[in-house]
Amino acid sequence: MGVAVFWVLAVLAVVSGTMVFRFDSMARATFSLLTSLLSVGGLVVLLGLDYLGVVIVLMMTIEMAIMAVFMVMYMMNPAGLMPMTMMHNKKGAAVVCALVFALLATGILLAPWPARRGKAPTDPTMDLGMSLMGPQMLTMMTLGMALFATIVATVVLATRRGRYDRLGDDLRARHADDPVRGGIGR
Amino acid sequence: MAERAPLWTVFVLPVLLVIVALVAAGFDAVLSAGARSGRSASLREAAVRASWPGREALRHLVQQPRRTRASDVPLTRIGTALLPVAAILAGVVLPLGFRSVSDLPEGIVWFNAMESLAWAAVWLAGWGPNSALSLIGGYRFLAQGLAYELPHMLAITTAALGAESLRVGEVVDAQAGLWFAVWMPVAFGIYLLSAMAMAFWGPFDQPAGRDVAGGAVAELSGADRVLFLGGRWLLLVVASAFSVPLFLGGGHGPLLPGWTWTVLKTAAVLTVLVWGRRKVPALRMERYVELAWVVLTPLAIVQALVVAVVVVNR
Repeated sequence: MGVAVFWVLAVLAVVSGTMVFRFDSMARATFSLLTSLLSVGGLVVLLGLDYLGVVIVLMMTIEMAIMAVFMVMYMMNPAGLMPMTMMHNKKGAAVVCALVFALLATGILLAPWPARRGKAPTDPTMDLGMSLMGPQMLTMMTLGMALFATIVATVVLATRRGRYDRLGDDLRARHADDPVRGGIGR
Repeated sequence: MAERAPLWTVFVLPVLLVIVALVAAGFDAVLSAGARSGRSASLREAAVRASWPGREALRHLVQQPRRTRASDVPLTRIGTALLPVAAILAGVVLPLGFRSVSDLPEGIVWFNAMESLAWAAVWLAGWGPNSALSLIGGYRFLAQGLAYELPHMLAITTAALGAESLRVGEVVDAQAGLWFAVWMPVAFGIYLLSAMAMAFWGPFDQPAGRDVAGGAVAELSGADRVLFLGGRWLLLVVASAFSVPLFLGGGHGPLLPGWTWTVLKTAAVLTVLVWGRRKVPALRMERYVELAWVVLTPLAIVQALVVAVVVVNR
């Protein structure tokens, strides 16, 4: 059963990953990539890392949905309703992907995998987290906050209407001058 | 911890959910007809009104389907079929009393993941027909969905935090004495609001709203339309049913057996959501979205903090 599920998911992941380069529509390419990532999520569940697998499904779905919007938004034709291909270096990207895939697959096949010692842990997710992060958990949390702050700062810097537009030259306006009135009584 | 129900419940679950969705849609139809032409004079008339969603579904099934020019048929099909499938998959972790089809160790994350699949489904169904109005509907849901999803996630996480487990069965067990709705009311309120929003129901139905001629649903016809709109009802049913194990004590209650309590509480929540839609005026979404980012998200974080402090000191 497990072997059958593995092959189905693995083939689905590789095929839909390849199809990303074959489709002539942004939406199809995005959701083909999502199919590939969801299959990988399924494979992670199959490894016994249930939590990680389900989180992959959750994060990748939201991520790909948002990415679909951004990709279609920045395309040359209006709203992406016409068929198109990815213009930027499609062949090169496909070659790089194929090479990396081949490299990883060879690595998997040639690596001398150790035999299992002892029993499988009761909570593999916990063990994986400890061996990945361990004492560095605080570093990771800080890094996460720093990344998040960077994202917010970038957005703030990138918006056309800055705080002086909203609150006047001396930043003393009582109400922010926004083109769209907000929902919190402004 | 919830017991695992026997295998046949896998097949009963979709049927049960569809029945509940039909009853809820029937209730909504009775309220709609009542608002249009007064209270029904007889029980017979009320029954006719309640059967409207079922008749409407049958009508769409026998109707000649429309097809738009250069539509992306596979993506539309995937989108429309994915919505009910995601709703039913999310329902897998719902305990009826103290038994669920599968009490996954990370059931709460599973539920949220399936809800996000429904999110992608709406975009697909809106994009597929190659039509501006449905495209706008799909886009709107994604843009607004971000603002719904964050407080929603935080509210769900708060319940998991209170029980110190992601297993739905253990969340129910943790409420044997006191319901989470009592000591985390903010999270409960936010959950109800965002559950309605995730099923784009009530004041949040802009993605499928009349102002864009039906939005994401505009071009769907025939079986596609039945699947999509039915899936939306399923999503509403599942999302409101999930508030019972999360915040309302699941099957806990005096005298009656567990499953009756689950059914009663689910019915109560569904009634509030369906009936409440008529009592709330249409919201301007940019206002709600700002409210969600500026007020609800910080409130949800503060509520999570309070719960975390209580849990640490316990």
